Formats: sequence, C-alpha cells, structure tokens
Amino acid sequence: MSEAAPALPPIVPGEILVQGVSKSYGAARFRKEVVRECSFAIERAKLTVMVGPSGCGKSTLIRLLAGFEQPTEGTVTLDGAPITGPNRDRLVLFQETALFPWMTTWENILYGPRARGELSRETAEFGEFLLAKVGLQDFRDKYPGQLSGGMQRRAELARAMINNPKVMILDEPFRGLDAMTKELMWEYYSRLYEENRRTNFFVTTDIDEAVFLADRVLVMSNIPTQVRAVIEVDLPRPRRLSDLVESDRANDIKKQALSILHAEAMRSFSRGSKAAADFVDAYLKRASRA
Amino acid sequence: MKKMLSNPVFWRGAASIAVFLIVWEIGARSKQWMAPEAFAPLKELLGAMGFKKDYLPWIGAVPAPSAVLKSWLTVLGDLSYWQSWYMSFFRVMSGFIAAMLIGIPFGLSLAVSRVAHGIGFPVFEVLRPIPPLAWVPASIIFWPTQESAIAFITFLGAFFTIVINVLGGARSIDVRYFQAAQSMGSSRWDIFRRVILPGTLPSIVVGSAVGMGITWEVVVAAEMISGGGSQVGGTSGGGLGFFIWNSYVGGSYEQIVVGMISIGIAGYASSELLRWGGRYATPWLKVR
Repeated sequence: MSEAAPALPPIVPGEILVQGVSKSYGAARFRKEVVRECSFAIERAKLTVMVGPSGCGKSTLIRLLAGFEQPTEGTVTLDGAPITGPNRDRLVLFQETALFPWMTTWENILYGPRARGELSRETAEFGEFLLAKVGLQDFRDKYPGQLSGGMQRRAELARAMINNPKVMILDEPFRGLDAMTKELMWEYYSRLYEENRRTNFFVTTDIDEAVFLADRVLVMSNIPTQVRAVIEVDLPRPRRLSDLVESDRANDIKKQALSILHAEAMRSFSRGSKAAADFVDAYLKRASRA
Repeated sequence: MKKMLSNPVFWRGAASIAVFLIVWEIGARSKQWMAPEAFAPLKELLGAMGFKKDYLPWIGAVPAPSAVLKSWLTVLGDLSYWQSWYMSFFRVMSGFIAAMLIGIPFGLSLAVSRVAHGIGFPVFEVLRPIPPLAWVPASIIFWPTQESAIAFITFLGAFFTIVINVLGGARSIDVRYFQAAQSMGSSRWDIFRRVILPGTLPSIVVGSAVGMGITWEVVVAAEMISGGGSQVGGTSGGGLGFFIWNSYVGGSYEQIVVGMISIGIAGYASSELLRWGGRYATPWLKVR
C-alpha cells in the first residue's frame, strides 16, 4: 500500500513450446480429434493472443498448457521441461470466475501462498501491494458474490499474480462483462502487462480484443485445432483504445485476421458445423460495422 | 419489534393464522358444519359413489381452539407435560447430533474416496429406502433399552438425508475450483479443508434442516409405537408423541391437539435454531 513498494519478487517470464500436439477424446469408433498436430510458441515476455471460432478446441489447448490433461501425441514444454501437471508457474484465469465464493477477496488473494505454506510478512505485503494494484482495498473483506464482474476479474488477477507465475494463461477472461467494463478491463490488463512484461497467453473469440492486447496473434482453424496464421502486432505500447480506433495499422491487422477466420469459418460451414455457422454470423455483423 | 409490526408480511401471517383459528372455532362449535346431517341431500349421490355417511369426517368432533387453549393452560403447570417436551427434545437432539457426527464425515469420505464409495455406497443405498419406522421392531429387539432404540430410529431419520446431501454437495463443486487450487500448489489435504469442506457446507446445512424435520416426524411416531419408552422405569412423560397417544387413550381430545401444536412449535424452534447456525456457518451466502 505504501508508495515505496515492498521488495517485489522478480518476474521470471517463461516460454512455452507446443510441438506436434494432438489431443483426442473417446475410444475407437467414437474418437474425436480436437487438436491435430498443433505447434506454436508462447514467446518469452510477450503477450500472445489466440483467436479462433468458438468451439474450436481452444479450451482443450488451455487444459494441456495448464497440465490438467496430457496430450495424446506431441509435447508441451515450459522452458524446455515437459509439463506434467498443474503448477503455480502456469496459472489459468478461467472463463467464469473461479474465485472461491466462501473466501473474502483477501483470503482468495492469499490462497496460493497459504496453500504452499509460504505465508510470510513479505508475501502479505506483496498481497497488499497487489490489492492496491487491482484497486480493491475497500473490498478486501467482501465475498466474491459482493463484487461486480470487473472486480472479480481483477481480484482473480491478483490471486494469480501473488504466485508470481512464469506464464499467465487467460481463457476468455472478459467474456460476459458488459461492453463498458470490458473495454476498461482491456486497458487495465494491457497496462498491467506493459508494467510487468510477464509471458501472457490470452484466448479469445473477439478480434478487437485480440488486436488491442496482443504482441502476437495466433489465428486458429476450426476443429481439429491447428494454427492457421501468426500475425505480429507491431502497434506501439502503451496502447490506448482511442488511439487504436484511428490506427490504420490496427484495422489492417484486424482485416487480415478476419479474412483468415472467414475462410476458416466458410470451410467448416460447408461441413455443417454449428459453431462455424455462429461464427459466420458474428463475422458478418462485425464486417458490416467495420 | 416496531419494524416487525409495520411489516406487511407479519400481518399477512397473523391474519392467516387468525382466520384459520376462527373458522375452526366456529366449525367446532356449530356442531353442524360437515356434520353427517349436512350431507343428507347428497346422501344418494355419495351412496352411489360407495360412501356411507358414517365415513365422512366431522369437524364437530374436533375440540374447538378455545377448549384446546383452556386445556393447554392447565397442562402448562403440569410437570409431566414439560417432561414430554424434554424427552422428545433430548431424543431428537441426540439422534440428530449423532447423525451429523457420523453422517457428515461418512458423506465426505464417499465423495472424496473412490475406495470408500465402492465399499460404503452399495450398503448405504440398500438401507436408505427403508423408512425409519420400519426399523422400529428390529431396533427394539436389537437395542438393550427402549430409549436407545428410539434414539437410533431418530438417528436414521436424519442420517440418510444428511449423507445424501453431503455427497451431492461435495460432488457438485465446480471442477474449476479444484483446478485453481491445484495450480496454486494445494496439497490434497489443503484442497479438502479449504475447498471441499466449505464448498459442501451449504449442502450440509440444507441436509441438516431437512433431516431435522424428519427427526421430529420419526421421534413422535417412535414414541407412540414403543409406548413412550421409559415410563416403566417410573419416570413419567414419555415424550410428546406418547403425550398425544396417552391423551387419545385417556379420551382427553383437547390434549391431543395441545400435543400436536406443541410438536409444531418444537419443530419450528429447532429448524429456526438450525437456520440461524447455518447462516452463521455460511456467511458468504447471505450477501448474494
């Protein structure tokens, strides 16, 4: 809370490599391949955003990165070491809040250190620092049910950051927030990233979100998931939404990503996928707006 | 108090009880309402449907609220009436607390351990559909004293409900909570203590509340069937169930109703106590 920030633990950004990963579910005849020979890198100290149509297997990839599941084939490594299970060095922010409803904001934030028996004066100070960082000092003793959607997201960011992960994984974290809150969260999250330059992996279906936040955008194919294209977003930082609206470069990137996604959606649309049909709808709406 | 008096909910409740009592009072005094004679015009129709007039209920046979109140006032000074309260409460609480002490850990172990589930659940599922009252004869034979038999039956009434609720509650905890806890480095014990236990608590409260209701139903029936338990040993007052049964046998109809209302009050008081405890144990739910 003090201006002289406490001795913060140094941020050690990690790098994740996904190499030839396939993942299927079910046995024999009912086998469904969700991810097929997928390879990409989540580069060190960069914000990588993955966009793809809904239902394209992004969440499956996240479960593999987090270590909740193992790939059927291929390897996922963090700084060269294979990922074998969940660990504090890769923390996930889920689509809906996963704050423990029975703990106050403060208890939630301290969950990780307490779980590992690392609760010291320093971690408590770090917690205070993060609480202030996410602007929830006044909500420290409130339960998640008493917080708004945006506050819950920020509390969750703090709960993850106190563990000082090497990679932060965010699975459509701002879905379900109202448009206003969402844009505030974009700017907030973007500033946070610009400050600490941790490796971040952000998954979304929203191209505006992707282009505003990303250093690199991975455009995914429909199921079974593969990377269709990698777009480097060379927009200057710090970014502000108002700048982005007027930026031709940003609009170019958006169009580029959209055309790839469109082709992808049309391809699977002809195969009759519901998810793809939804996506085409969304695309048409967006295209008419642009 | 002032707040309560200005609350329309309170007045609606009071009005509903008042109307109920007035209708009952008039009906009981009129000696005509629903009297068999009142159905005379319908006699043939009812006869064709297979009813005899004697089979119809007659509210005039039930004592009026004023008579019940009078009888209640005399009973209030009677030690054995209060002894009945005490006995029933004691049995309900001992059975209920035993059900919580055994049921909650048992339900949790079924939820967290596949081995425990494999061993414990089949037996549990076979015993669960057996109504507690079907256990009465067997428990009287099995347990050395009638008192312990009644307590055991009361225990059964709450036990199955509590276990099922605990198991269901623990099973329905969102997988994201486990994944988040695991990612942040929680041990199995830590997850149990700080995720499963609090996550199941609301279901424990609900299960206990339902279990408490069943406990009252069961204890009264058990007391009636077993003849009230320990009156053989000289202590008068075999619980409220026995109080009702005794009043019926003794032909004191007002006292039957006194006993019934007493059980209503006792059940309400225990549920209220439990709800209060539940709110205290799950503070995060009331803020929603």
